[in-house]
Amino acid sequence: MAPTDIANPDYFHKVVDCQWACPAHTPVPEYIRLIAAGRYSDAYMINWQSNVFPGVLGRTCDRPCEPACRRGRVEKEPVAICRLKRVAADSKDDIRDRLPKPAAQKNGKRIALIGAGPASLTVARDLLPLGYTCVIYDADPFAGGMMRTQIPRFRLPGHVLDEECGYILGLEPETRFGQKVESLKAMLAENYDAVFVGCGAPRGRDLDIPGRKEAVEHIHIGIDWLASVSFGHTTKIGKRVVVLGGGNTAMDCCRTSRRLGGEKVDVVVRSGFAEMKASPWEKDDAMREDIPIHNFLVPLEFTHDNGKLTGVTFEKVKAEYDAKGRRKLIPAGEPPVHMECDDVLVAVGQENAFPWIERDIGLEFDEWDMPKVDPATMRSTHPKVFFGGDAAFGPKNIIWAVAHGHEAALSIDLLCTGQEVTQRPSPLVNVLSQKMGIHEWSYDNDVSLDLRFKVPHAPKELTLKDVNMEVELGFNQELAFKEAQRCLNCDIETVFERNLCIECDACVDICPMDCITFTPNALEGDLRGLLTAPAKNLTQSLYVSSELKTGNIMVKDEDVCLHCGLCAERCPTGAWDMKKFYLETAKAHTCSR
Amino acid sequence: MTYIAKPKLHHPGLPTNKLGFTRRDYEGRISTLCAGCGHDSISAALVQACFELDIAPHRVAKLSGIGCSSKTPDYFLGQSHGFNSVHGRMPSVLTGASMANRDLIYLGVSGDGDSASIGFGQFAHCMRRGVNMVYICENNGVYGLTKGQFSATADKGSKAKGGAVNSDSAIDLASLALLMGASFVARSFSGDKKQLVPLIKAAIAHKGSAVLDVISPCVTFNNHAGSTKSFDFVRDHNEAVNKLDFVPPEKEITVDYEPGTTEVVRQHDGSFLKLAKLHSDYDPSDRVAALTYLQERAAAGEVVTGLLYIDATAPDLHEHLGTVDAPLNRMNEKELCPGADMLETINAEYR
Repeated sequence: MAPTDIANPDYFHKVVDCQWACPAHTPVPEYIRLIAAGRYSDAYMINWQSNVFPGVLGRTCDRPCEPACRRGRVEKEPVAICRLKRVAADSKDDIRDRLPKPAAQKNGKRIALIGAGPASLTVARDLLPLGYTCVIYDADPFAGGMMRTQIPRFRLPGHVLDEECGYILGLEPETRFGQKVESLKAMLAENYDAVFVGCGAPRGRDLDIPGRKEAVEHIHIGIDWLASVSFGHTTKIGKRVVVLGGGNTAMDCCRTSRRLGGEKVDVVVRSGFAEMKASPWEKDDAMREDIPIHNFLVPLEFTHDNGKLTGVTFEKVKAEYDAKGRRKLIPAGEPPVHMECDDVLVAVGQENAFPWIERDIGLEFDEWDMPKVDPATMRSTHPKVFFGGDAAFGPKNIIWAVAHGHEAALSIDLLCTGQEVTQRPSPLVNVLSQKMGIHEWSYDNDVSLDLRFKVPHAPKELTLKDVNMEVELGFNQELAFKEAQRCLNCDIETVFERNLCIECDACVDICPMDCITFTPNALEGDLRGLLTAPAKNLTQSLYVSSELKTGNIMVKDEDVCLHCGLCAERCPTGAWDMKKFYLETAKAHTCSR
Repeated sequence: MTYIAKPKLHHPGLPTNKLGFTRRDYEGRISTLCAGCGHDSISAALVQACFELDIAPHRVAKLSGIGCSSKTPDYFLGQSHGFNSVHGRMPSVLTGASMANRDLIYLGVSGDGDSASIGFGQFAHCMRRGVNMVYICENNGVYGLTKGQFSATADKGSKAKGGAVNSDSAIDLASLALLMGASFVARSFSGDKKQLVPLIKAAIAHKGSAVLDVISPCVTFNNHAGSTKSFDFVRDHNEAVNKLDFVPPEKEITVDYEPGTTEVVRQHDGSFLKLAKLHSDYDPSDRVAALTYLQERAAAGEVVTGLLYIDATAPDLHEHLGTVDAPLNRMNEKELCPGADMLETINAEYR
């Protein structure tokens, strides 16, 4: 194997599993250490720089970081990264004086942002301080987009959303709220320097089965119904509710129903429980509120009594897998099941809809009628039109929208300053030794053995009565400290200096996880099997040195390293050092200009 | 040296042995020796060997004297018996313990100061007697605890860290062990676990005095140019006479081996030692030849390692003395003290 090129920022970045997995590449371990140190405002600002909505995301993020967390590979569960983020948001001081100010001088460039959701707001935040004039359009009268219309208040209190949207509105964009954009052609005719489309995936998929038209009054499209609840137009639902669908929208629908008068609420899903799209914790939260989830049932018909909905009939199915491992649902051959109900909420998916984008303006669509968007630059085939969030590649989640927003803002800035949009600036990277003394490190290297702490909830008797009462109470500071201590500090990298190594084996002997081996070189496939502990996790890198004096090489399997620094403490020559790797992705407002 | 304890977390794929223990279960407390000390590698090799031999930790007694080496029993086999004795007196204390309870596995851990200076006589006599033990000398050629003066095993002409040249002749513990009648003599290097671990396993399985002279560089005081006990010097001058493969008693030797290049020795407990010859004319069953060979190679500036001598059938101290099979500490007063009448009978025999 060739020696590892640690000068490539990707190498150490990949070791920080959480940051690598985060679409916005938030420096997770850094802010977790700050939370442990009680520096909540600093922790918040790191988040705010990177993901723009720490308070919102600390409650609602899909947390791609957590399945990636190394802690989950060395014991049972990952660090509760998402809920720690919330602690930073909840416990911070007033940080308004640390936020950028509205630009003192405008640069004369005008950008239209269509939709006031997380993607557009991110673009606005990145561009406004640079002097851009950002004009935000939204059909709704408020900023927030799906964060406001689709996420129930009992998961995301309005004041949290207001505060974080407010930080961006405080940068003084022009807002055209309540104004629906009907034509991109017309928008382009207004001579904007760039147009960003962040209008989400606003159309809930319908279910065209018998009875749908007749019983229309009590069959609702999930996301429309949630928006209606959010705006206070809908305040009641029948006592018996069936929610169709297995995603997070379905979970929000059923839990909202329980708060609006639904006494017997059932979720019915085509697939099996494990394959449901909803995040595991959202399923848990629903079941905790006495909502059963029924699997392998495909809706056949809405039953009604002269137009008044009486229930839904389902066919029982079972999963069968073909030779390629693809799942097929086939009838189980059992009699249909009928569920009586007063209302049905259809939450079987969302679709993008661009009836307002003309097809003759040089903006190409693909075979699925989605705009062709370059995932690196977020640019469409029209040089001035950029996409982000659900509008770009279909429904994802908030953190993806934020990541898209950063890239689009960068592209727009490159475009408006006459640079090549495809030439992406490199990230800001800092690698610094954390050694403070013979056995002293700037971080707490004594690994906590605590298991994951649970976030306390408000009593169910109270939360089920109030659709606006937040269910999760969040970690208090004491719990937050303990949970933060579970973080393995994966950004404190083990860095090997080949020239200093005397091959004494001290690091091999002390490593609690058997990560380090000195061995003759071989091809990666063979090398993985030759290690003290075979490196079976192929998604994790091997850190390989060039040849040492004895002809052996040093190989470190990054997979389950605790970053405890014992290798560096035991190294007599300082060949191992613990260096903090800090990476901030290139953003429009942080790039040198 | 490290301040924090080694975290309890371990590799998810860490194997267990027949007793259900992982290698980590054979570790001891965190070492307080200098970072990079060769002794810590020897501790790790002992941990590995005991894990692989499926030894129940409570069946092991670790005894040591005084010195850096003699501190190490605290750093391995934390669940075993331990006795940190007087400087140079580990062999006597161990002999006593072995007499009282012959059922334990005895690990005597010592250093070059403890064995070749203050405990020189003790070393010699326990070899002569054939005490059933593993005698590990963690040999770094300096007095590390007193800031690096030459010890008795430092080679004549080798240089101290401060530049002084050693004018005294060196004591070679392996040669001495051969002279004194040890039935298992090996030399190894702390930086070569592939060689050291099988030697430790073979030594544990051996009945009688098994001596392991392990060269173990002192990273603080004896790892510089001019030292003959440094990592670089030992690696450059290491001449292994054979490569040992330890085969436990319950396993049959199934691998074919060529006579003449591999020698197989069956030990008392039924284990086999498969020795791949690295020097075609070296015979580890010939004590005299071994002594000569060691002298020759030492004169040429080489460090001979490997299993230097073995007599798998030699009787041990218990056999010499004709002691009973049951450990003395498990006998009751009546068995141990047959009474006045018996004493009278015995005394009468001498009148």
